[in-house]
Amino acid sequence: MGIELHHETATGNGTTSSVGKRTELRTRRGVETTVKDVPRHYSETHGHEKNALVQSLGWFSIGLGLTEFFAPRAVARLSGLDEEDYEGLLRAYGLRELIAGAAILSRPRPTYWMWNRVLGDAIDLATLARARHSANDRGRLATATAAVLAVTALDIACSVDYARHKTPSVDQHTSRDEESYKSPEMVDGTQILSAITTINKPVAEVYAFWKNPQNYPRFMENLDSIKITGNNQAHWKIKAPVGLSVEWDATVINDVPNEVIEWRSLDGGEIHNTGSVRFRSISGDRTEVELTSQIKPKGGPLGAKIAKVFSAVPKTQLSNDLRRFKQLIEVGEIIKSDASAVTGMHPARPPRRSEMEATQ
Amino acid sequence: MRATCWEGAKHIKVEDVPDPKILNDGDAVLRITSTAICGSDLHLFNGFMPTMEHGDVLGHEFMGEVVEVGKKVKKLKAGDRVVVPFPIACGQCWSCKNDLWSLCENSNPNAWIAEKMLGHTPAGVFGYSHMLGGFAGGQAEYARVPFADVGPLKVPTDLSDEKVLFLSDIFPTGYMAAEMCGIKKGDTVAVWGCGPVGQFAIASARLLGAETVIAIDRIPYRLRIAREGAAADITINYEETNVLEALKELTGGRGPDACIDAVGLEAHAPGLQGYYDRAKQSMRLESDRIPALRQAIMACRNGGTVSIVGVYSGFDDKFPLGSLMNRSLTIRTGQCHVHKYMKPLLQHIQNGDIDPSFIITHRIKLEDAAAGYDIFNHKEDECLKVVLQP
Repeated sequence: MGIELHHETATGNGTTSSVGKRTELRTRRGVETTVKDVPRHYSETHGHEKNALVQSLGWFSIGLGLTEFFAPRAVARLSGLDEEDYEGLLRAYGLRELIAGAAILSRPRPTYWMWNRVLGDAIDLATLARARHSANDRGRLATATAAVLAVTALDIACSVDYARHKTPSVDQHTSRDEESYKSPEMVDGTQILSAITTINKPVAEVYAFWKNPQNYPRFMENLDSIKITGNNQAHWKIKAPVGLSVEWDATVINDVPNEVIEWRSLDGGEIHNTGSVRFRSISGDRTEVELTSQIKPKGGPLGAKIAKVFSAVPKTQLSNDLRRFKQLIEVGEIIKSDASAVTGMHPARPPRRSEMEATQ
Repeated sequence: MRATCWEGAKHIKVEDVPDPKILNDGDAVLRITSTAICGSDLHLFNGFMPTMEHGDVLGHEFMGEVVEVGKKVKKLKAGDRVVVPFPIACGQCWSCKNDLWSLCENSNPNAWIAEKMLGHTPAGVFGYSHMLGGFAGGQAEYARVPFADVGPLKVPTDLSDEKVLFLSDIFPTGYMAAEMCGIKKGDTVAVWGCGPVGQFAIASARLLGAETVIAIDRIPYRLRIAREGAAADITINYEETNVLEALKELTGGRGPDACIDAVGLEAHAPGLQGYYDRAKQSMRLESDRIPALRQAIMACRNGGTVSIVGVYSGFDDKFPLGSLMNRSLTIRTGQCHVHKYMKPLLQHIQNGDIDPSFIITHRIKLEDAAAGYDIFNHKEDECLKVVLQP
């Protein structure tokens, strides 16, 4: 009820000014189709009923855990294991089950903990398999193994089901607030990176500096080379990890002086990239600069997954590039410290000449 | 050259390192004539500051003679005698233009690390962790100084090193602490910590017209210097006296109009509170020990100001936010914007209003820096300030 009320307030009574701000932000970012999606981790805490099977597996964990923890010898006897040898281990397994059970019952979306149950099953099965040769009662051991296998099947079925229905459906009961600002993340395998800074110079100067591709290698750390190949077209070569490089041709698709430059890669490159840099003059003759880059690596969903795992790195790179851009305009050069003047880890002591040469 | 290097917690070593070179066109290289160990260096010494690496050259209080300048340097030339402010600042960004020099937006090459730990980055600082830039410090024979036209202040030849050296950090820091109190006629200011910064905070509160200055510490000789050197009216030894009670008695029950925390993250406290904070800090469950700050907040009069210049690093425990909020207190704080204060404070020194050398207790060779850290850290031999001479 409370959630519904919140929903109504957010959509029904949104003031004109907040809507105006939202619209402005979206247009400025130029990613209006993508910012609508609620980042998944926000949605996970709302709604989405746990089904009865998951609940019962949670209770099963609790029951098994209590028995293993408080009566490890009885469990060993029943499973055909040596009571002396397995007492401590079973007690530890009991603790594991208790934690998993409590988490499954209390978390709104216990995906992780369901997989944790599968892992626990695997450990149990391995334990039983190892006990094969030393078992006191092979019949009981076989029965115990069969029982664990059955539970494992259920656990896997539940976990897979959960993984498949990961994205929550649009649900009236979730407290989705369409009016609030949301950061863009990743949509359909496309990585959306953005960085923003404020530069203490008038917009015309900042825009002019960006317009000159000769300046790019001075602040884009991973730019290997950029060649102007035609009117509004350029060939980009970017350094990638482990000595690789990525190349593509890009063309400027929109250029409004002192406001925005947008580009997109041409077909045939190694990645699909669209991007923009937006300029906004603010009080005190300063300029806000926002750099957005959407990268879709070739290689389908797997490539996208990998890209997502490493997206923290390119995001830091993008904001570091923008920081250097700001420095070049404000100061005229990139300030080095004793540690940053050479590549890799280096203490804050003056670099040797050989270290400096290795860096250049 | 020889330089004081951090080689892990409680391990300082004077080592041979390469001579500094010009790395940016705005740089200057100095031959150091005097340098000092700062109380905040002890936080590095004791291993409480994250992102230090073995081999880091320490020191952010130094002065010397220019021996080389980069090709864009206009105001300095070889032979000039200068004092260097500890924050590195470009002079061009919005923060510098607004006199917020220790928040320079362009001087920290490791800004992204600081952003992760602090939200936004402050300026780079000489010899003070990689989070703050990874710049070699000045406890050495030579030092490279970026933005040489912006920071270093030329000092008159008739003033000795000892009189002007502390313009690099602790005198301006203590002065800013007092200035942030917004002292009015008749005000009482209480200062926690009678280390070097505390002494300058006391002296500065005097300069700025405080009627009564109360100094709080636990070390008798430091309390004595507070009375005799910095001219505190009243001193309180917190190991012998209940500070909150005493401050009420001394201020008609109101509490001091402003409270200055010149202690920082390694504060001591008698009794249970002290053990609690020590245990939590040693287990890394809190970054800083804050009993002095807690007490400063609790003591301050309703609607008063708490000015924090003691260094804090991270996330802390049992912070009395309720007292702060319900009693309309104002918190003012910051790493000192040294550039803003150097010239006016030099003027005070030239006028004879203050002689900052009163805090120096030890003058030793750079080569003996490790012993200097040890004596200062243990407050042995009535140590208050160690000056190193290369």
